[in-house]
Amino acid sequence: MEKVIDVQSLRKDFKSHSSRSGLKGAFRDLFTRNYKVISAVKDISFTVNEGEMVGYIGENGAGKSTSIKMLTGILTPTSGTVRVNGMDPHKEREKFVRSIGVVFGQRSQLWWDIAVQESFRLLKKVYNVPDDVYNEHMNHVIESLDIGPLLDKPVRKLSLGQRMRCELAAALLHNPKLLFLDEPTIGLDVLVKLKIRNFLKEINEKYKTTILLTTHDLTDIEALCDRVVMLDEGQIIYDGKLAKLRSNWGEGKQIEFQFGEDVNKEKLVPLLNELEAEWTIGDRPNVFVANVVNEEHVISEVIGRVVAAHRITDIKIHEISTEEIIRNIYEEGMLNG
Amino acid sequence: MGKYIEMIRIRFLMMLAYRTNYYSGILIYSINIGAYYFLWSAIYGNKGEIEGLSVIQMTTYIAVAWMARAFYFNNIDREIAQEIKEGKVAVEFIRPYHYLMMKTMQGLGEGIFRLSFFSIPGMFIVSLIFPIEFSAAASTWLFFTLAIILSFIVNTQINLLTGVLTFFFFNNDGLIRAKRVVIDLFSGLLLPISFYPGWAQQVMDFLPFQAISYIPSMIFTEGFQGAAVYEALLFQVVWAAILIIPIQALWIIAKKQLIVQGG
Repeated sequence: MEKVIDVQSLRKDFKSHSSRSGLKGAFRDLFTRNYKVISAVKDISFTVNEGEMVGYIGENGAGKSTSIKMLTGILTPTSGTVRVNGMDPHKEREKFVRSIGVVFGQRSQLWWDIAVQESFRLLKKVYNVPDDVYNEHMNHVIESLDIGPLLDKPVRKLSLGQRMRCELAAALLHNPKLLFLDEPTIGLDVLVKLKIRNFLKEINEKYKTTILLTTHDLTDIEALCDRVVMLDEGQIIYDGKLAKLRSNWGEGKQIEFQFGEDVNKEKLVPLLNELEAEWTIGDRPNVFVANVVNEEHVISEVIGRVVAAHRITDIKIHEISTEEIIRNIYEEGMLNG
Repeated sequence: MGKYIEMIRIRFLMMLAYRTNYYSGILIYSINIGAYYFLWSAIYGNKGEIEGLSVIQMTTYIAVAWMARAFYFNNIDREIAQEIKEGKVAVEFIRPYHYLMMKTMQGLGEGIFRLSFFSIPGMFIVSLIFPIEFSAAASTWLFFTLAIILSFIVNTQINLLTGVLTFFFFNNDGLIRAKRVVIDLFSGLLLPISFYPGWAQQVMDFLPFQAISYIPSMIFTEGFQGAAVYEALLFQVVWAAILIIPIQALWIIAKKQLIVQGG
């Protein structure tokens, strides 16, 4: 399969100056400054094949945005090589940017004061899209994203969800092979999120568009991406299937008991003897959570023993969410899988 | 080329979206022209001419200088600075066009808008109120047209230069403000260059500023005659060419060490 993104030991260092303290320090800063070199991205390597949808995740400041900016040719790498769509993003900028689409969730790329369709018209000229191609492709995009009625409104009058759908349409106007989405669903309601996800799936199937998605909303990743690349402190700490991440880390279930009487941990601990399970204290009084392995007989056994010994008013069984898995990974640092 | 023309159209639409700016602009320019007219009438008193310009030529000079300013003036330095500060310039880098060229076209769109909806009707009104002399010679109009196009180019280049410097200083409001004062003063907008002391005139011969206002206004009022017109136009062309060099150089360096702020 064709490699769409090929990144080899990519690195980006920033020089930042640190201010001296106090008035005297401020005066000294006028003449000489202390510089500190900070590495935002430390020698990362990965490849993405055509038609893949990859979730690119990490905490704030993990280096996601910096690496996306290098992949799109906005920033120059300090060292390492980047090939995207077979080109060097920075050297062949004008040719390269024609082959990608980018949505920055926190930044509008439409012109603020004019109607959406005027922005589209300008972008159509900018990307040299012929009329017939534009009509066929964009009519479909406009219909799927349901933005027809918004086209004659100025961008500043649109709501966030409306604007985001228009941004997405604008990024896809030239039907790029590769789409970068930097937090596309930030601040959107569930319905708009669903609409955007369905649309992304559809174009991925229809045009084999490769999508690289960064987000803090892991439900986006679960809904869209088979593969995740996880960054922490500028390094890749996991690159692989989302399902594998879940099975390595998300083994087991949580059974939450709400007791109808006063209990304490000492009373409960003996109940789990010889079982692969342990108690954690819940977030309300008389609520305890049993963390158990995901096996039928263990789950039934735990419930059976607890119910036989104590009166309970409520019981819930949770699967460990991706969010918790990821939180665990960050807290524990490295991955053991 | 189509995309650049489309940009001019978009800017036109944006100007229309902000009508209040447009009306207040007319008011400010009328006050300026009026104030300078009365100032110069007082200075001339009974004198027939000063430094080779008659009082009517002087009034015409002032009116034309302000109306031409509506065409060449733009805020793209401020816009570039703001786009850099807000990190919006990142979006511009993922578009297949030359950012500075696109900015120039936005300036041109703004200029054409003001020229057609502001300068031409404004000039008509001003000519009813104040004694102003229009040349009848077609050649004067032709040279004037050429001169204001060149003055737009030189002024825009200076704006681009100040704007791009934001990449290095991050906050250069002071520089932008200083540039504005320097241009108003040294371009001949407030005072024709021929009124400056000899040594100052010599210094200004080595600076690009008189290409912006002094030259087109002098051509319009026929203060320049014969060979002087060609020399003046050549002065503009040479500066337009020279200024490309620092802009390109700074742009290349800026792109290399670009740090997108705020993200």
